[in-house]
Amino acid sequence: MATSVASTVPRTRASKPRRSWLLTVAVWTLVAYFMVPLVWLAINATKTNSDLFETFGLAFGDSFALFANVGNLLSYQDGIYIRWFGNTVLYSVVGAGGAAVFAALGGYALAKYDFRGRRALIATILGATAVPGTALAVPTYLLFAKVGLINTEAAVIIPALASPFGLFLMMVYAREAIPTALIEAARIDGAGEFRVFWSIGMRLLTPAFVTVLLFQLVATWNNYFLPLIVLNQSDKFPLTVGLSLWNSLANAGGVNVAEPLYPLVITGSLLAVLPLCVAFFFLQRYWQSGMATGSVKE
Amino acid sequence: MIPRTSTAARAGRARRRKGRVAWLFLAPFLVAFSASIVGPLVYAGYLSAYKKQLVGGTSFAGAENYLRAFSDPLFIEGVGRVLGFLAVQVPIMLGISLLAALAIDSGRLGATKGARILLFLPYAIPAVVATLMWGYIFGGQFGLVGQVARAAGLPTPDLLGSGLMMFSIGNIVTWSFMGYNMLIFYAALRSVPAEVYEAAEIDGAGEFRKAWAIKMPAIRPSLAVAVIFSVIGSIQLFNEPSVLQALSPAVITTNYTPNLYTYNLAFSGSQANYSAALAILLGGMTVVIAYVAQWFVARRDRIL
Repeated sequence: MATSVASTVPRTRASKPRRSWLLTVAVWTLVAYFMVPLVWLAINATKTNSDLFETFGLAFGDSFALFANVGNLLSYQDGIYIRWFGNTVLYSVVGAGGAAVFAALGGYALAKYDFRGRRALIATILGATAVPGTALAVPTYLLFAKVGLINTEAAVIIPALASPFGLFLMMVYAREAIPTALIEAARIDGAGEFRVFWSIGMRLLTPAFVTVLLFQLVATWNNYFLPLIVLNQSDKFPLTVGLSLWNSLANAGGVNVAEPLYPLVITGSLLAVLPLCVAFFFLQRYWQSGMATGSVKE
Repeated sequence: MIPRTSTAARAGRARRRKGRVAWLFLAPFLVAFSASIVGPLVYAGYLSAYKKQLVGGTSFAGAENYLRAFSDPLFIEGVGRVLGFLAVQVPIMLGISLLAALAIDSGRLGATKGARILLFLPYAIPAVVATLMWGYIFGGQFGLVGQVARAAGLPTPDLLGSGLMMFSIGNIVTWSFMGYNMLIFYAALRSVPAEVYEAAEIDGAGEFRKAWAIKMPAIRPSLAVAVIFSVIGSIQLFNEPSVLQALSPAVITTNYTPNLYTYNLAFSGSQANYSAALAILLGGMTVVIAYVAQWFVARRDRIL
C-alpha cells in the first residue's frame, strides 16, 4: 500500500555515506532557531505578569505561576476560554470529519463509477483546488450575510466541509487501492451499492481518509480569516479569533496592571497548540504519506 | 411504451442506475462545494457588477468597480507590497527548504529523524499563535530580541517598525511553512530508487553531479506544488499582518495588504460591491501568477 511512501522505501546504498559534522551542526542550528518561539512560549506561560516584563525571556521567572495562569485563564470572564476551546473542537471535528466522509464518498464514486458528466466534474473540482481558500473568505462573508448565516456555527462549519483537494486525493487513492473485481464480486453476492462502499471501499480507503481528516482538522483548527469575518459575538469564537481579540485588548490598554492579559494570551496560546502538536507526533506517517500523494504526479 | 428486454437495454438501465448511485455518493460534497465555493464566487461576481449610491440606490456598474481598483492607490500600494514580499520571501523560504531536504536525505546527519519532525512542527501551529509568539519576541515591551540587544550593549532593532515589518512577517511565514515545503521535497527525493544512485556511482558521478542530475529533476514536480502554495500564501497575506496590527497599529494600515483592505471594506467600510470586485481580482491575480511562476520553475512538470 502507498500509506507511507516517504518513510518505508528502503534506501540501501552500496556505500553508506559518512556522517558530516558540519552538516549536522548547520541543520541543528536551524532547528534551534525554529524552536526558540515554542520554548519561549512554554517558559513564559509559567511567569507572572511582572516576571514577564522584568525577567529574561528564555529563563524562568522568580515564581512558578503556570498553574495560577491556567487557573486565571479558565476562570477569566466566566470561562470564555473553555467556550472558545469547545468551539474550536466542535468546528474542527465536525468540519474535518464531515469533509473526510464527503471526500471518501465522492472520491469513491469518481474513481469507481462511470457516469455522464464525470470528466467535467473532475475538471471543475481540479479547477477549484486552484482557488485560494483565503480568497473565498470575503465572498463567503458576503453570501452568508445575504442568507442570514452570519454569527452561526454553520458559517464556520459549512466551508470546512468542502475540500476539493481531499476529494481529488481520495479519487486518486481509490483508483489504485480498490480493485474493481472486488466490487463486482460483492455485487454478485448481492450487496447493495452503499454496502459495497461501506464494507469494501471505506475499509481500503482508511489511510487516505485519515490523511484528509488530519489535514482538514489542522486547517480548521488553525483557521482565522473566515471565523473572524463571519462571527461577531465572542461566545461563538474559536481559539484563534479569541486569542487575537485578547491580544488587541492587552495592547490597547498598554501595560495593563489591573487586568494583566498578556499571561492569559501566552498561556492560552500554549494550551491551544498542545493538542495538535501531540496529534502530530503520533500520526506522523499519515502526514508524510499525504504530502507524498499530493506532490507526486499521477 | 413497448417493454423491451434485450440485454443492451438491461445494461443501459443498469448503467443509468449506477450513474444515479454515483451522483448520490457525490451529493454531500457537491452541496458543501456549492454553498462554500461556487455560491460565494458567483454571488461576489454578481455584487461586483453593481454599485450602491447615496442617491438612486443600487445600479448596474459593469466593470466600473474593477477599473476603480486599477486607479486606487490604497489597493495598488498593498499589491506592490505583497508582490515585493513574494519576490523576496518565497525564494528564500524555498531555498532553505530545498537545502534542508537535501541535507536530511543525504544520510550524513546526526539524529535526522528528530530534525525532520522539529522543523515540520511549526506547520501545526496556528498562524495566530505563531504571530503572537514572534510578535512578542520582536516587540518592545518584553521582547526577547530587545533583551538580548540590551545585554550586549547594542541598539534595540525596531522589528515591528515600518522599516523592518515586512522582514518580521517574512520570518514568521518562513518559520511556519519551511518544514512543510521541506517534507514535500524530501518525499520527492525518497521516491528515487536506490538503483539510480548506484548506477550513477558506478558511472563515477560525485555528490554534486548526483544532486544536479538526479535529485533536482526528482524534486521539480514537487517544486511546482510548493511554488503554487507559496504564491497563494504571499498574495493572500492576511493572518500575520492582521494580528500584528494590534502590536503595531501605526505601521499596519488598513490597506497594508490587499486582503486586509478587502476585509476592511467588506466588514467595517460596508463597501460590499467594491470589496467583492477586489476579492475576485485578487483571486484571479493569484491564480495567474501561480501559473506563471510554476511554469518558470517546472516547465515540464507543471500541474496547473
